[in-house]
Amino acid sequence: MARKISYQQAINEALAQEMRRDSSVFIIGEDVAGGAGAPGEEDAWGGVLGVTKGLYKQFPGRVLDAPLSEIGYVGAAVGAATQGLRPVCELMFVDFAGCCLDQILNQAAKFRYMFGGKAVTPLVMRTMVGAGLRAAAQHSQMLTSLWTHIPGLKVVCPSSPYDAKGLLIQAIRDNDPVIFCEHKLLYSMQGEVPEELYTVPFGEANYLRDGDDITLVTYGRMVHLAMEAAANLARQGIDCEVLDLRTTSPLDEDSILESVEKTGRLVVIDEANPRCSMATDISALVAQKAFAALKGPIEMVTAPHTPVPFSDALEDLYIPTAAKIEAAVHKVIGARSAA
Amino acid sequence: MSQIHTLTMPKWGLSMTEGRIDTWLKREGEQINKGDEVLDVETDKISSSVEAPFSGVLRRLIAQPDETLPVGALLAVVVEGEADEAEIDAVVQRFQAEFVPGGDGEQDSGPAPQKIDLGGRTLRYFDLGEGGTPLLLVHGFGGDLNNWLFNHQALAAERRVIALDLPGHGESGKTLQRGDLDELSQTVIALLDHLDIQHAHLAGHSMGGAVSLNLARLAPQRVRTLTLIASAGLGREINGDYLQGFVDASNRNALKPQLTQLFSDPGLVTRQMLEDMLKFKRLEGVDSALRQLAAALADGGVQRHDLRAVVAQQPSLVIWGAADAIIPASHAEGLPAEVEILPGQGHMVQMEAAERINQRLAAFLASH
Repeated sequence: MARKISYQQAINEALAQEMRRDSSVFIIGEDVAGGAGAPGEEDAWGGVLGVTKGLYKQFPGRVLDAPLSEIGYVGAAVGAATQGLRPVCELMFVDFAGCCLDQILNQAAKFRYMFGGKAVTPLVMRTMVGAGLRAAAQHSQMLTSLWTHIPGLKVVCPSSPYDAKGLLIQAIRDNDPVIFCEHKLLYSMQGEVPEELYTVPFGEANYLRDGDDITLVTYGRMVHLAMEAAANLARQGIDCEVLDLRTTSPLDEDSILESVEKTGRLVVIDEANPRCSMATDISALVAQKAFAALKGPIEMVTAPHTPVPFSDALEDLYIPTAAKIEAAVHKVIGARSAA
Repeated sequence: MSQIHTLTMPKWGLSMTEGRIDTWLKREGEQINKGDEVLDVETDKISSSVEAPFSGVLRRLIAQPDETLPVGALLAVVVEGEADEAEIDAVVQRFQAEFVPGGDGEQDSGPAPQKIDLGGRTLRYFDLGEGGTPLLLVHGFGGDLNNWLFNHQALAAERRVIALDLPGHGESGKTLQRGDLDELSQTVIALLDHLDIQHAHLAGHSMGGAVSLNLARLAPQRVRTLTLIASAGLGREINGDYLQGFVDASNRNALKPQLTQLFSDPGLVTRQMLEDMLKFKRLEGVDSALRQLAAALADGGVQRHDLRAVVAQQPSLVIWGAADAIIPASHAEGLPAEVEILPGQGHMVQMEAAERINQRLAAFLASH
């Protein structure tokens, strides 16, 4: 029986095992050690939610606390990556993307292309995403689509402890810049994780449930809501196929199309804002390449086009729910019989 | 004299906590015999039939199709002889009142596989049962000790039974030195030494059969009997496309057609089975271990080891599924052994026809 650890521990373990294996891997970010070089206890924090805790002591000199300047330390990480190191930099909340966007958008993402394939940038930027922690509009966004839009970046969003470890090891070994999005509400999730090293390949969606009636495509925390909805729908005689994208760039187009060609129906669930999102992207893909297979309209379940509200009641309304997913499925299936 | 039996949800392997009733294969009022398949149960890992551990009349079906029930829950009441409805009611009532799902958290403290360091490499094994000459279960290529899911516990009722993960497999260390049959057989001998076992019965499936044969060749004095199930090492042909396809498969679409060849019922290749196999194949070191072993076992569609001469050294039992798509059952012909060919069965015959094989194997071991 495999050992169970949390999503957060899985990330910590992936970092520790890769740092042990490869001396060019190092961590840089705000409070990733916490207290280092300052009065107070060294290794006290390990990141704002403690994900990197314990690594400073295990790898002296390789867990670097950065000043409160994203453009500075993210830039340093991008530079280090071009010079043969494998930095894992931490952008505490993805909402701070604006403070370092040039380093990612115009530098890291462009090097391989602009230097004719002669430059590699093996950078990982770990960052917290998602709503539900009552952290308001500036600490709750789901900006996966923003990164996915940029050619030259790979974008990862694990939904389980197993995927978190395997995808992070893959990200560290990848020679391109990878934005590694960690959903803060999943940190305490427990799951079976092998103690050994392993990688989960990019661009390969995970079939979490096989079904013939409708395809639910999603990623990140929404995977669990989709599975909850699928379990409820199964009791009503509707068999959902649930696909967890794992990575939004590269995107496993084949699995999405193959599944929709089988079921003829699609609901895309995305915690991000709806405009120019994974939801619209996948809907367009299916409408373009699998139109003939569709037996009903495509539905999207997303957050509304608003900032994430601070009010508990409004934030709960903002985030998609299993009930909303079920309603969308009924809408798609009902559309055929109404026609 | 009458006896009222309760048929309960079985526990297949370590991680099973509940099962879903698929369909009843017998009707209320029907006579059933020990070993009959009574109903189909599905878990997240596998689906299989529940076989009657006793004979009698199926008097009361408790579990309904589609119902998910914990391990140990009441499925049906079987009566040997006479019993009136009130007596059955009383048995059901008492059972339900006393039944605690999860057996008081027993699951966590129950028997579990152990890991040891054997010559610098981790080796996992699962030790069940007591007494008698121990039986060692050796899985096949790409497998692990869970391949004996439906056999291990049943066989351990009579004696000590140990299943291991071979090097490169399961949760044992993945790095191979020479990556040949000798290395695997010598690891099994090292485990016997570690456990202070002088003589053992060996049962091997597929490549595990060749490992067992080779062990008997290297250390004949250690082997009391050999049971060879769909074994390698007994003939020339092997499905080389399967070996190559299995080694190369890195996603579910590539893996599914390979695993489907292993079973007579392709429906047994579940989403979870594919996912578990992919998880194994992603572990660091597994890919190169499998490539080394595949190359050591066969050259394309031709096996490299002919160990037929070893069979006569000790009492041997050879079991094969007649429809085996990996290694043909014809390899059983002409062997100086007890031979059992199961019609219609595939390569994973110890899983698909578990009850039959458990009975046959137990009887064979008891007579030696």
